[in-house]
Amino acid sequence: MKAETMPQPARFALPAPLQGLTRRRLFWPCATLALLLIINGAFNPNFFSITVKNGHLYGALIDILNRAAPLMLVAVGMTPVIATRGIDISVGAVVAICGAVAASLIGGTLIIQNGTPVYVSQTPMVLALLIALGAGLLCGLWNGALVAGAGMQPIVATLILMVAGRGVAQLITEGQIITVYYEPFFIIGNGFLFGLPVSLYIVAAVALLMLLLVHRTALGLFIEAVGINPVAARFAGLNARRILIMVYAFCGLCAAIAGLIVASNVKSADGNNAGLLMELDAILAVTLGGTSLAGGRFSLAGSLIGALIIQSLTYAIYSLGVPPEINMVVKSVVVLTVCLMQSDSFRATLLQHLRREPR
Amino acid sequence: MVVNASQPVLEMRGIDKRFPGVNALSKAALRLFPGEVHALMGQNGAGKSTLIKVLTGVETPDAGEIRLGNELVHPECVGHAQQLGISTVYQEINLCPNLSVAENIYIGRFPMRHGMVDWKRMQQDAVAALKALNVDVDVSLPLGHYPVAIQQMVAIARALSTDARILVLDEPTSSLDEDEVARLFDTLRGLKARGIAILFVTHFLDQTYAFSDRITVLRNGEFVGEYLAADLPRMALIEKMVGRAIEESAFARPAEDNNAEHAAQDTGAPLFSAQGLGKRGAVQPLDLEFRAGRVLGLGGLLGSGRTETARLLFGIDRADAGSVDCGGAKRQFRSPADAIRAGIGFCPEDRKTEGIVAELSIRENIVLALQARRGIFRYIPKRKQREIADRLIAQLGVRTPDAEKPIGQLSGGNQQKALLARWLATEPKMLILDEPTRGIDVAAKLEIMDMVKAQCRKGLAILFISSEMAEVLRVSDRIAVLRDRRKVGEIDGAGAQERDVFRLIAGAEQ
Repeated sequence: MKAETMPQPARFALPAPLQGLTRRRLFWPCATLALLLIINGAFNPNFFSITVKNGHLYGALIDILNRAAPLMLVAVGMTPVIATRGIDISVGAVVAICGAVAASLIGGTLIIQNGTPVYVSQTPMVLALLIALGAGLLCGLWNGALVAGAGMQPIVATLILMVAGRGVAQLITEGQIITVYYEPFFIIGNGFLFGLPVSLYIVAAVALLMLLLVHRTALGLFIEAVGINPVAARFAGLNARRILIMVYAFCGLCAAIAGLIVASNVKSADGNNAGLLMELDAILAVTLGGTSLAGGRFSLAGSLIGALIIQSLTYAIYSLGVPPEINMVVKSVVVLTVCLMQSDSFRATLLQHLRREPR
Repeated sequence: MVVNASQPVLEMRGIDKRFPGVNALSKAALRLFPGEVHALMGQNGAGKSTLIKVLTGVETPDAGEIRLGNELVHPECVGHAQQLGISTVYQEINLCPNLSVAENIYIGRFPMRHGMVDWKRMQQDAVAALKALNVDVDVSLPLGHYPVAIQQMVAIARALSTDARILVLDEPTSSLDEDEVARLFDTLRGLKARGIAILFVTHFLDQTYAFSDRITVLRNGEFVGEYLAADLPRMALIEKMVGRAIEESAFARPAEDNNAEHAAQDTGAPLFSAQGLGKRGAVQPLDLEFRAGRVLGLGGLLGSGRTETARLLFGIDRADAGSVDCGGAKRQFRSPADAIRAGIGFCPEDRKTEGIVAELSIRENIVLALQARRGIFRYIPKRKQREIADRLIAQLGVRTPDAEKPIGQLSGGNQQKALLARWLATEPKMLILDEPTRGIDVAAKLEIMDMVKAQCRKGLAILFISSEMAEVLRVSDRIAVLRDRRKVGEIDGAGAQERDVFRLIAGAEQ
């Protein structure tokens, strides 16, 4: 063994300018997404083509973006929660609750207007949407109160709503699938504006608002401080409880918006299946985006990319014709690989082995 | 003397270690002989910790060699170092408080029998291992049940249970009181007699001289010299650590402090005063007065209620009696935020868990309290934050390449300075300093004490808490003495002697 063990930028490492790039926080999430898109493109020549139909943009990429919208929203809401060293596993249930609230309030009654049958909303739609969002906010506040007020562990506190929330959603839908017949409601999940899906504008608005709050106010600093060292944060004069309640409330609100999109997309509310396992995808998206579950530094952009990675992966699995029985396994293998590649120590070990072999 | 045994058990030579932007070690060296206690001394950032990390396999050196006996070794990780016979007890006790004492000693190498853990043998071994250190405790109770001193002994028992030839103790005494320190050193003497070489990192000069045979001094990552403790006077040691001659005045109490200029401040209304402030189970109701430009020292033994008093004053714990008078208005602080709004800052005893937010940058740590007081929406723009941070970093002499470095990477002394900067950024009227110099080397200690004095002259009131009585006597204008969670008296700081304070602590009436 040689005595000299300098940090070796040896032959398998990237050239110097690229090395700086790999240290950037968003490098690995972006690289993963690019790779998935390339794989998709390789097996599906039309993957990157975008055409205009009826003034709307159509194509696989648009489809992925549109379908990822609810997950992106939930992931954006989940990110600050995870940054405070917490977790919210009730978001799937909140998605179901809010979809159910909106659907049951709107429903749609058939009336004959000027000789033509028209569906009208049971409650003014704006009011119904506001009530649904309010329900989501309330769910978030409940989680926040349990975590910050009662001092419960986040996973246990939100487990309560995860279980109870499904029950609540089914109570609202009375165990049925509520179908919505009121056309304007479909705009949220299926509509287009200036050629792009409406849902994308919603995601952009929420993400932009959060980015502004994080970077143009002290919220980001406070969330990270509370996540890294709650005691020191309190001693520096922060009201950690208030910050915790805020992030859980925001997470609930994001889940509520996602719930509206999901319900609008399928034109119905299913208390049992809407948003099922979405909490896990959201946590995964946040992790893939480079935010550690140990709290602290977080990246909203990373979480958005993480959500897109998951959706592109799902798309790839379907378009490559992976048999449905094994697609969960394929998905988990890919996720495992991505997570390993993001780990600095794993990459170092791997490089070492690669270097050793050829000798 | 064993020290003269010709063959060193360990020899490190020409050790280099570079970190991005810093040469942590260059040509560092260290020799250990069997059966000696060897003190490794140096200021913060001198490379003591890095050298120990190299020895114990946490860091790989860039160059240099480590010999155990005649054999060249390359410790690759802590486990490997242990196999080689090098065991370490770290500054922060890294044991599991919720596991039993026995489990803590044998964690990771439980004795096995038929593929199952042999609990009975483990208990017996643990009792024996602790008995060898003159500790007699119930090894089946959780470790957290015992005081820090016992936990320290358990950590040592664990280190020794791997048949160590070399025992490395990194700041073993910083959380112990005098009795406990004495006991620890009794134990170490026993180990010494068994031929184990003990490497001992400390900032306490008294302890260095009381217990070590030889001293190695590092400065800026370089080997300065290896001395017999008996041949090296204290001042000479400090000069070697600092690299320059020390003016005597740094230790002495400046005489101009008590001149007429300040006399008015002693008679007028105090800035803050605690009136009958107390909390059941923490500290009995007490009165304290804080004046602008004055240092109030809090004297007392470990556990006498010093930190508890500070926590009440800063609103961390809620007082159930009394109030704090802030220039005429009686206030009951419900949270640190209340106290900060009233103009109080607090540097806690435990920097790491209560002070710094390790992964955040120095800049973010410095502006945190100021920003917290302004709230979420009155955001200090990044450029302004950088200005504040850079100004305070320069003013307090925080040694760092730039303000964007995570604060956790700074040495203890520089972290403490950054925490002082955090409070100075809020332009407070009063600062509470709880053990501000704990775990900090002599030169940084002096710097911090100078800073405290300088701020005080600018009109800040200071509550100074330290278990080093000499330090309290040196800086305080008045000293309030606590015993058994009760204030037992107050004396004038000027001309006060250690025995005056101890007389109060011992119970003689003033």
